[in-house]
Amino acid sequence: MKPHIQSFWDGVRAEAPLLIGVFPFGMIYGALALGAGLSPAASQMMSSIVFAGSSQFITTQLVLESAPGFVIILTIAVVNLRHMLYSASLAPYLKELPIKWKILLSYLLTDEAYAPSILKFEKEGVTATSHWFVFGAGFALWFNWQVSTAIGVFLGKAIPDEWPLDFTLPITFIAMVVPALKNRPMIAAALSAGVVALLAYSLPFKLGLILASLTGIFVGSLLERRKTLGEML
Amino acid sequence: MNIWLVMLLGGVITFGMRFSLIYLFGKFEIPETMKRALHYVPPAVLSAIIFPEIFIRGNQLNLSLGNHRLLAGMIAIVIAYYTKNTLLTILAGMTALILLQIFM
Repeated sequence: MKPHIQSFWDGVRAEAPLLIGVFPFGMIYGALALGAGLSPAASQMMSSIVFAGSSQFITTQLVLESAPGFVIILTIAVVNLRHMLYSASLAPYLKELPIKWKILLSYLLTDEAYAPSILKFEKEGVTATSHWFVFGAGFALWFNWQVSTAIGVFLGKAIPDEWPLDFTLPITFIAMVVPALKNRPMIAAALSAGVVALLAYSLPFKLGLILASLTGIFVGSLLERRKTLGEML
Repeated sequence: MNIWLVMLLGGVITFGMRFSLIYLFGKFEIPETMKRALHYVPPAVLSAIIFPEIFIRGNQLNLSLGNHRLLAGMIAIVIAYYTKNTLLTILAGMTALILLQIFM
């Protein structure tokens, strides 16, 4: 197998376990969008135009509550603001790529594509074919998201309300974050972000999510700095 | 506002944010402090999403044993910590929640 194809499949393989969690979430999104009154075409297209699960979820809630368009757009922007952090984080590893690749990988940059990609880069650095790994992970998720949305739209109300399919999102995120908690600053970053997210839960437009994320990043960096200074003294 | 227009603008903004720094940092260097801070992006962002999902039920903090999502989440955290296996964590967490819903 050619090295870039090999790297693509490595990305797909690294993504595969996460797909198990994302699939039910895509299904429930499709069913919810239909239930909120979106047409099947609009429900399906949102999964490729916006392509960001949690913001699509919230959009269906807002449509159901007849929120004004600008509120929906603002909420999508705030909920997806974290992707800017992912963008910054991957940027050094994608620096040398042609613009076409940067556009493609940016479009595919989700929580679930970011997680295996950053692990790969931090472990092995940039190689001649590492962007194919990101592409493989991103494409596998994209494909899975389109298909699961379609099945959700197709099944619609046939999916019983009692099925806790939406729980697959936090569970998938737990599976991504816990193995990364290797030292005290990482654990402190996770805990402080979580606690602030609870305290700031009632803020409008999901602003609590951004506040909590920034707190976690700040606490983690601060503790790492203190540790490094402590070792120097 | 037309839902298609909302979707389109939401999509353009989302892509713009994903593309922004990948594009800009091709042109400028990332400051060292920021590089270090970026290591904490995954735990911070993901935990900020996880905590409300498992601790808040019906708009209120729920720390009781009756909060099945909290229990199932804790089980998933323990499994993830000891096995570091994504698939096992997801399956265990979902199975735990379904069993709790049926039997408790």
